[in-house]
Amino acid sequence: MNTAGTTPGTGPLLEIEDLRVTFGSPGPRGRGRVVRAVDGVSLQVGRGRTVGLVGESGSGKSTLGRAALRLVPVRSGRVSLDGRDLTALRGRALRQARRDMQMVFQDPYSSLDPSAVIGDSIAEPLREHEGLSRRDAERRVKELLDVVGLPAGHAGRYPSEFSGGQRQRVAIARAVALNPSLVVCDEAVSALDVSTQNQVINLLEDLRARFELSYLFIAHDLAVVRHIAHEVAVMYLGHVVETGPTDRVYDSPAHPYTQALLSAIPASHPRRAGTGTRMLLSGDLPDPADPPPGCAFATRCPYAMDVCREAPPATTPVDGGGEVACHLQTSGPTLAGRTLDAAGVRAERDGSPDVVPAAVRDAP
Amino acid sequence: MSAPTATTTLLAVDDLRVEFATDHGWSTVVAGTSFSVGEREIVGLVGESGSGKTVTGLSVLGLLPRGVGRVASGSVTLGDRDLLGLSERELRSVRGNEVAMVFQEPMTSLNPAFRVGDQIAEAVRLHRGVSRRAARDRAVEVLDLVGIPHARRRADEYPHEFSGGMRQRAMIAMAVSCEPRLLIADEPTTALDVTIQAQVLELLAGMQQELGMSVLLVTHDLGVVAEVCERVVVMYAGQVVEQTDAVELFDHPRHPYTEGLLAAMPQLGSRGQRLSSIPGRTPEPWGMPQGCRFAPRCGYAVDACGEPPPLVTARSGHLSRCHRHDELTLRGAR
Repeated sequence: MNTAGTTPGTGPLLEIEDLRVTFGSPGPRGRGRVVRAVDGVSLQVGRGRTVGLVGESGSGKSTLGRAALRLVPVRSGRVSLDGRDLTALRGRALRQARRDMQMVFQDPYSSLDPSAVIGDSIAEPLREHEGLSRRDAERRVKELLDVVGLPAGHAGRYPSEFSGGQRQRVAIARAVALNPSLVVCDEAVSALDVSTQNQVINLLEDLRARFELSYLFIAHDLAVVRHIAHEVAVMYLGHVVETGPTDRVYDSPAHPYTQALLSAIPASHPRRAGTGTRMLLSGDLPDPADPPPGCAFATRCPYAMDVCREAPPATTPVDGGGEVACHLQTSGPTLAGRTLDAAGVRAERDGSPDVVPAAVRDAP
Repeated sequence: MSAPTATTTLLAVDDLRVEFATDHGWSTVVAGTSFSVGEREIVGLVGESGSGKTVTGLSVLGLLPRGVGRVASGSVTLGDRDLLGLSERELRSVRGNEVAMVFQEPMTSLNPAFRVGDQIAEAVRLHRGVSRRAARDRAVEVLDLVGIPHARRRADEYPHEFSGGMRQRAMIAMAVSCEPRLLIADEPTTALDVTIQAQVLELLAGMQQELGMSVLLVTHDLGVVAEVCERVVVMYAGQVVEQTDAVELFDHPRHPYTEGLLAAMPQLGSRGQRLSSIPGRTPEPWGMPQGCRFAPRCGYAVDACGEPPPLVTARSGHLSRCHRHDELTLRGAR
C-alpha cells in the first residue's frame, strides 16, 4: 500500500515492496509450522516523515520493522533505502548501509551493555564506523548526551544508574550517533510512565526536525501514534489492512479492524466511559501458521460477509488519502461503490469519531 | 458512576508504613498510607512506578518478599479482622477465599507445567474442601464465566497454549473461583493490547457486578481508571496525595501532581502539539525531600512547602496532601 507524503521527484526514503517474512519450516511431510509473520506488505516512509505502525501483538509489526533493517531474513520482496536495494546487500556493504538506519527498542537493556558505562556504549558505533579516536569520540558523546537532554558528566555512569526514561535517552543518543536517515522505534516509549513517555516523544520530535530524521514508529498505543505520526499503517496478522494520513485514519477509519482498535482506546474521563460505541472484538488473533482463507480479519469482524471468508480483499483508495483492504469497500452489496466514510454518519466521542458508521451497522 | 459515600467499608488500610532493604539500609517505600475500599466498590490505586502502589497491594495480602520488605507499622483490616496480625497459616486461608490477586503477568500465577483447569481446581479444593470432581466442574464453570470458549476442552490445555489475553482471563478465573470479597488487580491490563484490554476491563467490571466483589485496581493508567473506577487513591513517593470520587478527581483535582498526571494523559489531539510532562523524576526512598515530597517538581511550590503537608479534607469526600489545596485552581481532564 502506498503511504502519501513523500516529496515528489525524490522518491520515498524507505520503500518496502511485497515483503514476506516467514518463521519455522514446513518440516518432514509438512508437519512443521510456517508462520507467515509478514505476508506481502508494501509500505513507504517519506523523508523527514513519521509513519506509525499499529496493530496487536502478533500482527507482525515488530517483524516488519526488523525486516526493514534486515535484522531478520526476508523471504521475498524488496526493501530499499534512499533508492538503494537493501535486500541484495551482503557483508560489508550491508554493514555500511546499516549506518543509515537505526533502531530504538522498548527495553534499552536489550541494546545497552549493562557492564559498560554509557559513554562507551554511545562511542562504540562512532569508533567502529567512523574510526574516531578515543578523544574525538568522547567529545561526540558529550555532544550527543547534550542533544538528548542528559548531563555530559553522566557519560561515566552505568545503565543501572539511570531511570527508564533516561536509559531510553541514552539509547536514542546511540541511535542518532551516526546521523542515520531512518530510525525504527519499536515500542520505544511503551514501558515508560506517561509523563516520561511524553518527554521522550517530545525529544524524538525535536530530533526529527533537527536532523531531518524519518521514523517508522511501531506502537500499540494509538493515542501516542496520533501525536507523532504523519501517516499510519494498521497491521493485522501479517497484512497492512489500512494506511493513510493520520487525521483521516483516526477521524474516518475505513477498515473495521481500525475502527475496533480506535474504539478500544480507554476514555479520558470517567464521565465519557461507556458513552461511545465500543466495538468489542471477540476472541484473539488467529494462528498465524494457519491463517483463515480470504480476509485475515473475517473471523473477528462483525461485518463479515460470505465473500470475506473466501477471497482476500483487494486494496482500494480511500477518500481523504491512503488505502484499505476490505470487501466492504469493494463488494459490500449495499455499499457498492461507496466507501464507509462516505456512507457513514460520524458522531464525536472523546475527540474521536463514533467508529461505527450507521451504514456499516446495517450492513449485512 | 455514583458517589460511593454510603457503602460499608470492606478493606481499611490505616497509616501503613512499609520498608525495603536497600543499599542504603531499610528505606521507607510506603510512608503512612491510609485509604479504604467499600463493599462492591471499584477503587483505583494510581501512581507512577516507584510510588509504592504495588507494594501497598502486596502488603494487604502479606505477600512482601521475605527478608526484603516488611510492614513497619499501621494496620490492614478486612471486615473486622486485622490482616497484619494473622499467622502465615491464617493468611493462606484469607488469600483466595476472601482476598484474591491478579497480576500484570499471568505466568506469575499460572504454573507452566500444569493444565489450566487442574490449577484452578486445586485452588478450589484447597479453599473449599470439595471433591476433586466438584472442583474440576467449578474450574470449567469459572473459565466459562470469564469468556473462554470451549471451556471444558480448554481446561485440559497448558498455559502456553493460551494467548496472552486468554491467560489473563484464566488468571482472573482462578482469582474469582472461590468468590473472594476483594480482588486486588495489579496492572491487570498493562501488558495487553488495547482490544484485549477493553475485553478484560469489561470482564473485571462484569465479575464485580456478578459476584458482588470489591476491586482494588492498582494502575499507572488514568484511562483504565476512567473506564471502571468509582473512586481513586493517588499515590506519590510512598504517600497518598489525593483521594476522591473518580469524576470529581478528573474534574477538580486538588493536588498539583494529579493535575500533572491528567495533563500528561495521552489525548487524541493533533500531531505536533507539545506533550505535557511533569519535570524531574520520582525521588528515591532514601532521598525523600524533607517537606512536601512533590515540591521539587511542583510549579506551585512556595516556602511553606518546605514543611510536610498533612492529608486533609479539601472538601467533602475529597482528601488532598497539599498546603495550597484551597487557594489553587487546578486544571482537570480535558
